[in-house]
Amino acid sequence: MDNVILHASKIKKTFGGLVAVSDLDFTVREGRIKAIIGPNGAGKTTVFNLITGILQPTGGEIQFQGNSITRLKSYRISSLGISRTFQNVQLFSNMSVIENVMIGRHPRTSSGIMSSILSLPKKRKEEKEVRKRAMEYLEFVGLGDRFDESPENLPFGKQRLLEIARAMATEPRLLLLDEPASGLNTKETQNLARLITEIRGRGITILLVEHDMELVMGISDEIMVLNSGQKIAEGLPREIQENDEVIKAYLGEA
Amino acid sequence: MDKKNSLTLLILTVCLVVFPFIVTNTYYISTMVFVGINGIIAIGLSLLMGCAGQISIGHAAFFGLGAYTSAVLTAKLGFHPWCAFFLGILLSSCIALIIGIPSLKLKGHYLAMATLGFGEITYIVFNELTDITGGPSGIGGIPKIYLAGYAMNTDIKYYFFVWAFLLLILTLSLNLIHSRIGRALRSIHDSEVAANAMGVNTSKLKIQVFMISAVFGSVAGSLYTHYVTFVSPSSFGLFFSILLVMMVVIGGMHSVWGALIGAALLTILPEFLRALKDFEIFVYGAVLLLIMIFLPRGLIGGLEYLFNRLIKKV
Repeated sequence: MDNVILHASKIKKTFGGLVAVSDLDFTVREGRIKAIIGPNGAGKTTVFNLITGILQPTGGEIQFQGNSITRLKSYRISSLGISRTFQNVQLFSNMSVIENVMIGRHPRTSSGIMSSILSLPKKRKEEKEVRKRAMEYLEFVGLGDRFDESPENLPFGKQRLLEIARAMATEPRLLLLDEPASGLNTKETQNLARLITEIRGRGITILLVEHDMELVMGISDEIMVLNSGQKIAEGLPREIQENDEVIKAYLGEA
Repeated sequence: MDKKNSLTLLILTVCLVVFPFIVTNTYYISTMVFVGINGIIAIGLSLLMGCAGQISIGHAAFFGLGAYTSAVLTAKLGFHPWCAFFLGILLSSCIALIIGIPSLKLKGHYLAMATLGFGEITYIVFNELTDITGGPSGIGGIPKIYLAGYAMNTDIKYYFFVWAFLLLILTLSLNLIHSRIGRALRSIHDSEVAANAMGVNTSKLKIQVFMISAVFGSVAGSLYTHYVTFVSPSSFGLFFSILLVMMVVIGGMHSVWGALIGAALLTILPEFLRALKDFEIFVYGAVLLLIMIFLPRGLIGGLEYLFNRLIKKV
């Protein structure tokens, strides 16, 4: 269980003069839940964007399952087995709930333009399979009964769950959750915590950015703290809670 | 394709077959030929704009490329019309690929400007390449096209010929939309970042759909050439590009049926308004304005709304 699934070495990202992430090293071990915490603007989402190829790093290297993914396009990284959700929910609003999840099956299916245009039997069979699998993921997050609705009709908490279902549909080895609890009430957050541990139970590694400390301390195996694009602490939840540097970063100097 | 679309397609086919037996006036038949030709391009543009969310204000160029390839090759060089037809498709898709790779990296207004520029360049080439295109005076004496030994030399024959093409293209487009690829295209429309993160190769798909819409444009161009048997640059300028965008928007961007309805309205309406002489353009503008104000989802959106209300009452 202790294999390294993701390894980042000296990754760096600058936007003009602004250093968002500087010389950051970290590893994520397979089958664990790792959380990244830190004050606003610490570079947490930037790290996610660098891992998923939405941003290209200014320097450094990221390895996934032993292979470099540093210069790969976003869609390639996704098909290799890294999926994510977004801090500001990015659902496909012109599609139904189930179609959103069906998009997640894209990298795991193969019908091309020709078989699509001609509606070949292979394509129709695949479509049925895609719909069935999408339904399973919807039921997994508890949205099975709302498959035909527009995602905009869902309450915010359920939209977050739909994003998780969509990401799960790509069959990731590593799932990146960007503030999944923000905007959720206490009950929804408890439900989310249960869901995240269940996802880990399926053998999927989780990297989590989150501000809800109760959630983070409750489910994480390991925590990394960022401040101004640099790692200031890393360790078990208990160690992080007692770390002076972390307290200083969050509360300011006494 | 789902049941609703198959049924609508069937009803449309029946109406189209019955139409020339009820309306025998060749002027109306001829207008319907133009509805078909414009409909084919509008459907292609709807795949690009409505489905994938990428604008093109230069689509008259692909219409022109198809038209001129057919005209030059058949009238001047004696090529077989079908051979010219397919060479037009090949040329349009190659140019769409070359133009699409750099310009589809752009978004929104910038993409609009790039495609506008492309349309204008093509228009200038048609005008200035006098040795090949005949310049502003165009090319005449284009032969008729044959299908299985029959010359498409009357309005009624051409009517069936063009609409058969349209129904084929409509069927293929509906298949495409209701598929893995169509779904991926719609995801680009809503959030390109999320689409990429879900493993959709958005750059490749955008170029592919651009090429498909270029091919439809070229097909329409060749059909136009062999119908009017004369081409000149003025049919392929900025005005026609904008008219095509209007067809898609007025009809309803979210559906290829909308593109077809938009093409029908914008082709037929000027014919009806002609009686108004100087006021024609005024009424034309007012109609378009009213549609956009009261039916923001286009004519098809309005029809869907009425249809749903009717079903609820029943």
